[in-house]
Amino acid sequence: MTSDGMLPLAAILLHALSFLVLAVVYPLRRLGRPAAYFSILCAAGSLAAAFLAWQAHMGDAVSRLVWNWLPTQGQTLATVGVLADAESTIMLTLVALVACLVQLYSLGYLSEEPPASLGRYYTYQALFAFSMMGVVLAPNLLQLFICWELVGLCSYLLIGYWYYKPEAARAAVKAFWTTKLGDVGLTIGIVLLWRQAGTFDLTEMRVLVESGALPVAGLSLITFCIYLGAMGKSAQFPLHVWLPDAMEGPTPVSALIHAATMVTAGVYLLLRLEWLFALTPDVLLIVAWIGAFTALLAAVLACVQDDIKRVLAYSTVSQLGYMMTAIGAGFATAGFFHLLTHGIFKALLFLGAGAVIHAVHSNDLQHMGGLARRMPQTTIVFLIGTLSLAGIPLFGGFLSKEEILGAVWTGGLVGPFAVLMLVAFLTAFYMFRVVFLAFFGTGGLKASGYQASGHHAPAPHSHDVGGGRDHSHVPHDPPVSMSLPLWLLAVLSVAIGLYFTVAGPALPFGAEEAELHPPAWLMPAAVGVAVAGILLAWLTYQRRTINAASLAAAFGPIRYAAMRKFWLDDMFEALYGSVLLAFSRLVGWIDRYIVDGVLNVLSAWTLTSGDDLRTMQSGRAQDYVYGVAVGLVVLLLWVRLG
Amino acid sequence: MGLQAYLTLAAVVFCIGLFGVITRRNTIGILLGIELMLNSVNINLVAFARFSADVTGMIFTVFTICITVAEAALGLAIVILLFRIRRTVMADQLDLLKG
Repeated sequence: MTSDGMLPLAAILLHALSFLVLAVVYPLRRLGRPAAYFSILCAAGSLAAAFLAWQAHMGDAVSRLVWNWLPTQGQTLATVGVLADAESTIMLTLVALVACLVQLYSLGYLSEEPPASLGRYYTYQALFAFSMMGVVLAPNLLQLFICWELVGLCSYLLIGYWYYKPEAARAAVKAFWTTKLGDVGLTIGIVLLWRQAGTFDLTEMRVLVESGALPVAGLSLITFCIYLGAMGKSAQFPLHVWLPDAMEGPTPVSALIHAATMVTAGVYLLLRLEWLFALTPDVLLIVAWIGAFTALLAAVLACVQDDIKRVLAYSTVSQLGYMMTAIGAGFATAGFFHLLTHGIFKALLFLGAGAVIHAVHSNDLQHMGGLARRMPQTTIVFLIGTLSLAGIPLFGGFLSKEEILGAVWTGGLVGPFAVLMLVAFLTAFYMFRVVFLAFFGTGGLKASGYQASGHHAPAPHSHDVGGGRDHSHVPHDPPVSMSLPLWLLAVLSVAIGLYFTVAGPALPFGAEEAELHPPAWLMPAAVGVAVAGILLAWLTYQRRTINAASLAAAFGPIRYAAMRKFWLDDMFEALYGSVLLAFSRLVGWIDRYIVDGVLNVLSAWTLTSGDDLRTMQSGRAQDYVYGVAVGLVVLLLWVRLG
Repeated sequence: MGLQAYLTLAAVVFCIGLFGVITRRNTIGILLGIELMLNSVNINLVAFARFSADVTGMIFTVFTICITVAEAALGLAIVILLFRIRRTVMADQLDLLKG
């Protein structure tokens, strides 16, 4: 039992060690590449430990390793430690895997960075992996919350890695603020839940819930508050606005944090508290509807983006909506399954996009085209990721998407189900739009200018100039440190798909899948819409049978609105500019003129009266004698008369 | 003449002395005022001794006169020192007590 708990503990502590060493040993960090090697080594060890832990916790095995923390009278308010079960260890393995591969990939992607910056990057990376594992393994809500905030901090630091770029700095602050808005809800929810249950511990709480000892009254508010936290982290409408902007960070960071791990923390939180949310079906309904709406909104937005990373970012938002809908339908494991496969193929897509950006020095799809001839390897892996995301059979995303659609249908949510089917169509469409525009089309090659002037990337969208300046001017496949993670993830995407196709969709954890019986027409229908989406994209962007411009014109108003992000950012900005700033100014005015004013007047009075009184002290002995005499006379009169 | 007349005289002398102490600018004048106040007290002592047929007050007055002489000598010595150091004996310029 204890030795099983040691494995996840080792996985998390290796990253902590890596972070501490890099943070404290200043010369090592300044060296850059050695720091990176050290961090990657720790990440590899952590991956091994996580994998072994997963193997040890298949099925129902649970190990709990906690130490007391925050002692109060007679008992302990909170503990720290690890809670390893099937769900958390498989998630741990995903985090460890993606973290390790991304760190390896970054070695090639950021090869042009100055050594000191590279060391800083790896320090943040190690801290992120440590905190994310802390969220995953947290045995109580308090530790989960602390790690949750640490993850948010790392996200802020890594988005703002190129802090000298104003857009990156802005995006970092925006991400931090927006998620913080949700975290306020999470804080309130956790505290309220503690008042209700008297404990932070997940295991104890679950026992309370299952024995029916937890009062249900008022629980809806608590679960909704907790959902608010998940909404911020997992970029659900209306708090999704930060995620597309977060693409200002380096692409490997987007792959790790804003695709595979951190943004799924919200989904994971809801999964961990699945038994609690099951008590409040009304909140679950909200979760499902918001999830479906988010999926649709983000998918529409993804169709009009020209920035390859932003397409992927909106796609992530959309897929997170999928997972949330499944959880809202009451089948959290279906959502979790999609979380795992999505983590792998979305990391693959982001890293593939990173390889493209690395080669082309531009994010703009209009500057790409015909890359399949020059970057065959990248094309293949990107295609695998795209097929996975579109939900084509035999690929990773297919089965998990089926699970979700089946879950939502079984859960009786017809509305969200219809929305998700539409989103599946849109997903296939926008992803293949990227593929055809970037890898197969011929457009943009001449316009881009990367042939002639190479590293001087065409201006407007060249956010992400990672490096590679010594490369020849013609784009080509990335170096081995970058292509190895790509191939690994691609193989995994296919392997997962194949494995579950052969073995059936039974998950290695959770028995509740038994009640999931999707109708027979579901699979052909889902595959059908995906293929239709691909076909439309092919006709529009490859064969040019359908004119892209006239297609856009057909959806004129929607396209116009989507180009402006449905005015959501403008709305937030207006809200911020008018309400929040005005309120801040008001508070500032009150503080400056009323609070400070009262104090200033009081101190001014003290000063002037002190000054006035000082003149009484003339220093001349006669004045004092005079004072004594007059005082004596007054005293005598007072005694006589009073 | 009754006791009251002596006491009134003593009070008047005391007030004159106090007035001198408070208003005189010259330090020697202040010392003179102090002498007056002490002597008014002596008048009081002698008057009470006489009217209550008790010699204690008389003897006490002799002591007081002796001490007054010593005090005057000390006071004058201080004034001389003061003059040496500050080059003035005007009381309104001696304001070192001021904070």
